[in-house]
Amino acid sequence: MKILVTVKRVSDPEAKLKIKPDGSWIQTEGVKFVVNPFDEIAVEEALRIKEKQTGEVVVVSIGEKVVTEQMRAALAMGADRGIFVNYTGSYDSYDVANILQKVVEQEKPDIIILGKQAVDDDMGAAGFMLAELLGYPQAAFASKVEISDDKKKAKVTREIDGGLEVKEVELPCVITADLRLNTPRYASLPNIMKAKQKPVKEVTVDALGAAVKPRVTVKKLTEPPKRKGGVKVESVQDLVTKLKNEAKVI
Amino acid sequence: MKPVNGTDFYLLDDLLSEEERFTRHSVREFVDREFMPKVRQSFRDARFPLEVIPGLGKLGVFGASIEGYGCNKVSGISYGLMMQELERGDSGLRSFASVQSSLAMTAIHEFGTEEQKNLWLPLLAGGQKIGCFGLTEPDFGSNPSGMRTTALKAGGHYILNGSKMWITNGSISDIAVVWAKTNKDDPKSIKGFLVEKGTPGFSAKDIHGKLSMRASVTSELNFDECKIDGDHVLPKTGGLKSPLTCLMQARYSIAWGALGAAMACYEEALGYARERIQFSKPIAGYQLVQERLVWMLSEITKAQLLAWRMGTMQDNGSLKHYHVSLAKLNNVKIALEIARSCRDILGANGITDDYQCMRHMNNLESVYTYEGTNNIHTLILGEHITGIKAFE
Ligand SMILES: Cc1cc2nc3c(=O)[nH]c(=O)nc-3n(C[C@H](O)[C@H](O)[C@H](O)COP(=O)(O)OP(=O)(O)OC[C@H]3O[C@@H](n4cnc5c(N)ncnc54)[C@H](O)[C@@H]3O)c2cc1C
Repeated sequence: MKILVTVKRVSDPEAKLKIKPDGSWIQTEGVKFVVNPFDEIAVEEALRIKEKQTGEVVVVSIGEKVVTEQMRAALAMGADRGIFVNYTGSYDSYDVANILQKVVEQEKPDIIILGKQAVDDDMGAAGFMLAELLGYPQAAFASKVEISDDKKKAKVTREIDGGLEVKEVELPCVITADLRLNTPRYASLPNIMKAKQKPVKEVTVDALGAAVKPRVTVKKLTEPPKRKGGVKVESVQDLVTKLKNEAKVI
Repeated sequence: MKPVNGTDFYLLDDLLSEEERFTRHSVREFVDREFMPKVRQSFRDARFPLEVIPGLGKLGVFGASIEGYGCNKVSGISYGLMMQELERGDSGLRSFASVQSSLAMTAIHEFGTEEQKNLWLPLLAGGQKIGCFGLTEPDFGSNPSGMRTTALKAGGHYILNGSKMWITNGSISDIAVVWAKTNKDDPKSIKGFLVEKGTPGFSAKDIHGKLSMRASVTSELNFDECKIDGDHVLPKTGGLKSPLTCLMQARYSIAWGALGAAMACYEEALGYARERIQFSKPIAGYQLVQERLVWMLSEITKAQLLAWRMGTMQDNGSLKHYHVSLAKLNNVKIALEIARSCRDILGANGITDDYQCMRHMNNLESVYTYEGTNNIHTLILGEHITGIKAFE
């Protein structure tokens, strides 16, 4: 069983971010970068499936050279090899799906697992688009994944509003990982050492034959408005009046 | 208690290899997720949370300066960063690792037979077995060469008599590395012995009432006509320089570890000072408080540079015991002063275990004393630079 997992480099969700003066993007100096937490969960799930079924876990990252650090972090968790799509410039979710489609066509994995979204831009679109482009069945927001004994199907539990939905999809398929799917393992020292020796194939977007034409561009980033201090109301009647007339919620 | 980020004012991360950063990340995550939720209660209950040990063994933390025998050797800096992250959690956790790796495992690795190494090192590396290191005695702390414990040869075995005091992991150990004189009047006759738990004549008793290192086991070891088989002596040991070899490795880990405690305190105090409003503004807005915070940051930054350089010297083989003395001396001293200062900044809140600084402060009092007190390291350096011994 071959499993392809995406790994995106994102700014540390714990970091206090500042926006560049021209509003074009965040200031990256001094900011730590990590593996997108949902992708870490995706890697963990792939490793668990591999440990049960045997097979191979391949990680793919797109971007400038620096993204290979996060790819090697996934290799240190236990993934077998990496594909680094070297690309400088802006791209949107659809471009990512396009690039991944080409990677999938070359690699022919049985399962593709992506994080349900990247915590930097929170788009959460690439997984759906990729399934659509490939014409594969998809199961998004997985909280549990079980592979059938004949390795032809995946039973995926999804957390939906007010309950759980269990879906059965035929392989090959696209799965996106939700928060409660698993708890990612810590990369052990021996695996960290081994990661250096694991093969990483570098490819360009052109060599893959993928088109990158961003349809969505970031116009400007702004900080959320500062919260204004609250007011104290004198009486219950006051509160009701304000809720009615000012907040207009009752 | 929220997880801490790294204090990195001088962009020291740029000096670290990817492997070093990954190693730190793994240990940091482990400590945040597996240890931090337990530390407060462990400290209250004066209990070491033994349940985290298998996980640390699996990560590969123990014996990470040793090649082979089930160990996973990493760079000196990786090793140091692991210690830093463990002590960010609690000095007791780092003490466990220092004793297991730097003291017990180093002793077996440096001075043991192939059989001893093959038997014990993989088990200690995996955390399946626990080790301790018994050098200090009730009447001999800073001057261990005066020790009274003897191991007199009787045919093919040795008879061990005496007691050891303040031994970290003592009562929870499967294997104790015990130092004793084979000739009662001669410090040169000091040899190391492997004493297994349950050996007749060997008993361990915990020391209670500690106000420091509460989340760590500290014991007294007693030997009463304890018969040790001849194959349980560490054959390559001889004289005080043998245990001192192990101590150098442990002091190395302390110099890094103390930084972890210092950073945890500094970050806690910085966060608190920005939020705590007295008179009309956050206390971080007063010059006296800023002076304290700036002093802490500069001391941490200098200590980080010292530790980093010590790590590179460890790897290129130029590190000498007096270099390690300087780092142990300096880094523990500033960590303790930082912890005290942080406690002050937190006001009354600082005395509760809702915050970390007082726990670190209390722990660091032990760290200041063990593995050579601050005075003793000063004297080691004094002797080195003047050529004159001032110990006696
Ligand atoms: C929590 C904890 C864990 C420990 N774990 C271990 C362990 O695992 N294994 C082990 O073997 N030991 C262990 N120790 C013991 C530790 O190494 C000793 O406490 C230390 O060496 C100091 O010895 P002492 O306590 O007898 O103090 P002393 O040697 O009595 O020193 C008391 C004071 O006198 C000063 N002093 C002594 N001699 C001189 C001098 N010549 N000049 C100037 N000042 C001097 C010291 O600096 C100190 O301030 C541990 C101690 C603690 C607190």
